[in-house]
Amino acid sequence: MSVGGRLDLKHGRVDMTHGGGGRAMARLIDGVFRDAFANPRLAAGNDAAAFDWPGGRTVMTTDSYVVSPLAFPGGDIGALAVNGTVNDLATAGAVPVYLSAGFVLEEGLPLAALCGYVHSMARAAEAAGVEIVTGDTKVVERGKADGLYINTAGIGRVPDGVGPSCDRARPGDKLLVSGPLGDHGVAILSARADLALDAGIVSDTAALNGLVAEMVAAAPDVRVLRDLTRGGLAAACNELAQASGVGMTLDQAALPVRREVAAACEVLGLDPVHVANEGRLLAIAAPGDADALLAAMRAHPLGREAALVGEVTDDDRRLVEMRTAFGGRRLVDWLNGEQLPRIC
Amino acid sequence: MKWTQEFRDGSLAQGLAEALAAEADPDRRYAFMEFCGGHTHALYEHGLLDLLPGNLRMVHGPGCPVCVLPIGRLEQAIDLAKRPGVTLCAYGDVLRVPASKGRSLQSARAEGAEVRMITSALEAVALARQQPEREVVLFAIGFETTTPPTALAVEQAAGEGLANFSVLCNHVLTPAAMRRILAGTEGAGTREVAIDGLVGPGHVSTVIGTQPYETFARDFGCPVAVAGFEPLDLLQAILMLLRQVNAGRAAVELQYGRAVRPEGNRTALDLMARVFALRDRFEWRGLGEVPQSALTLAEAYAGFDAERRFDLPEAQVQDNPACICGDVLRGAADPPDCKLFASACTPDRPLGSCMVSPEGACAAHYAYRRFDARREAAAP
Amino acid sequence: MCLAVPGLIVAKSGDTGTVSFDGVRQDCSLALVPEAEAGDYVIVHVGFALSRLDPDEAERTLALLREAAGETGAGARP
Repeated sequence: MSVGGRLDLKHGRVDMTHGGGGRAMARLIDGVFRDAFANPRLAAGNDAAAFDWPGGRTVMTTDSYVVSPLAFPGGDIGALAVNGTVNDLATAGAVPVYLSAGFVLEEGLPLAALCGYVHSMARAAEAAGVEIVTGDTKVVERGKADGLYINTAGIGRVPDGVGPSCDRARPGDKLLVSGPLGDHGVAILSARADLALDAGIVSDTAALNGLVAEMVAAAPDVRVLRDLTRGGLAAACNELAQASGVGMTLDQAALPVRREVAAACEVLGLDPVHVANEGRLLAIAAPGDADALLAAMRAHPLGREAALVGEVTDDDRRLVEMRTAFGGRRLVDWLNGEQLPRIC
Repeated sequence: MKWTQEFRDGSLAQGLAEALAAEADPDRRYAFMEFCGGHTHALYEHGLLDLLPGNLRMVHGPGCPVCVLPIGRLEQAIDLAKRPGVTLCAYGDVLRVPASKGRSLQSARAEGAEVRMITSALEAVALARQQPEREVVLFAIGFETTTPPTALAVEQAAGEGLANFSVLCNHVLTPAAMRRILAGTEGAGTREVAIDGLVGPGHVSTVIGTQPYETFARDFGCPVAVAGFEPLDLLQAILMLLRQVNAGRAAVELQYGRAVRPEGNRTALDLMARVFALRDRFEWRGLGEVPQSALTLAEAYAGFDAERRFDLPEAQVQDNPACICGDVLRGAADPPDCKLFASACTPDRPLGSCMVSPEGACAAHYAYRRFDARREAAAP
Repeated sequence: MCLAVPGLIVAKSGDTGTVSFDGVRQDCSLALVPEAEAGDYVIVHVGFALSRLDPDEAERTLALLREAAGETGAGARP
């Protein structure tokens, strides 16, 4: 269905009429969203998407994306919005199927930029094998939305026999990560003009459902899967230690960190265990499953640098410790507040 | 990273730990103070305390400029930031520090104050250049490492005639604080700390050289080893102090020779002498009045002094009476000795200066070692 | 005290230069180390180079470290 008229996608900007529910809004939805997300459910033009569902254990998740800047080396808000929600479903053990996408546009956002992010979402959705079947658009006044906010919700189905959950870690279990830590966080920091840092690092944003499918095929009873996001490995480990009522010990020498990420962290006074990722996961597996899981991860393009990084311990204080490269001990604590570059 | 990785070799670290164990005299105890907060942080971050012999204890010093910044001086910065037309530029470390009533620069920003985080003093000058209609104030904190950058910023602003730029100066001096640690205050009445040696601050020393520490060796009989910040630097410096103590010597030794020249950085020192003057008096949080310990802008640059340009309240804000940060900063107590540690006082809700900065002894102990409820060095 | 990191000057222009920290580049002020040139390593703090790193001294320190850690050919510790 087309409403005619033309959007100036090259030089135009979002204005308040695009959220008004009238012709301008219809043109925007048609010209920008429906065009990019081309699929029959969206094309049907209903407010809600209708589909048949096979039943069984189902997972649903939602996330909002407020990243600034909107584009950074290796990705943009669109890619994050799809990959992040796909990853939440995948680490719940689900095969992701459908996504919704809600947009809050700031008056003045260039339409060319918006199209860029939307096409980025379309590409990410295709790569992940999911469809964006329903959406919503609102426009707010200049100054109220940092350019663009996106919310995505997702739904997926969990195969039988699979059931990772944050409370299933047990003493003796092994900790594995799928690849180098901190890439996304450093890419974002490099894009901040005030830090003037040229790190040559790109965000690791990626959909991990393909990797997870290989992992659960090799070890269906994997205890916990968690994607690493804000707060990095430290946040994920501390959350899981709390939820499962256990302690953990990490082996610093085993943590994979790219040379440039380590250097950028040195310069800014940051600890790589606190820096965000957007395409890495932590897996916790029974000792007997660890080798098979590691092999499966390394066989997949997104897990080539997977590593065994620690184990779960019996500790009712629920502390996450680390053996340093010097044989000493220290805690890996939650990050306190926002991660600000240190001078001292 | 070149010139960093080599000084993080795990097997060399083990070798140094063994040397320390072999050379530590089992019939005595050693207490060395690492003055600098950056050294405190490195000791904890790399787990180096576990590599030291049981009878060798590291005493954490006051070399953390955020920790020793009096609350009243922070209040001045917050006050300025809230004034219309003022942009306050500050380093990240100081944004979250709570002043009175839970206010901070960060909370002021959330309420609409113009607070800008900078990673270089020259960013503040650039801002003044770009926004001539605003008053841009650089909230300058730090020891002698951070002072030359402020001086450069002032000279640049002066050279460009940026009348809307000023500096709220809170720079403090290392040797004065060390003297206070070793000499104490007259009639202090509180327990003074016996320190057998000082690990000197490596990056401060790139600026001031090693000569300022001679008095501590000569007049106080306290050996000094000026150390770099990598694990092997610290272990080597501690071994140097151990050897001096065992030999009954007291001298200033330079471990960080690759970065520190004994004469310091002449360019930086001349610059500091031009731009700054010594304050009559300055109170340090936790230590009280320390003579000859802080800087203000020199007369020639008085026009850039925020304290003279703006009418700022002089507030004396007291710390929580149960807080023993003063003792911790002087090395007379360890973080777990404090009743408030890890209960009422945490990095999220810091009550005292030692918890407000990641370099502070309490913050470091909380973040990295709070499983150690007892003192690091085992009892006899 | 204070966070300062060694980096390589890859380009110098007047008082400023581009410093590379293992491939991560940042523009820094070189005003405090007028004698430093491209190809030198410097210690950088809050965007300012504070001192030149002396590679000979660095090697000397490493040699002393190895000796103290018992890695000399002689094997015997003092």
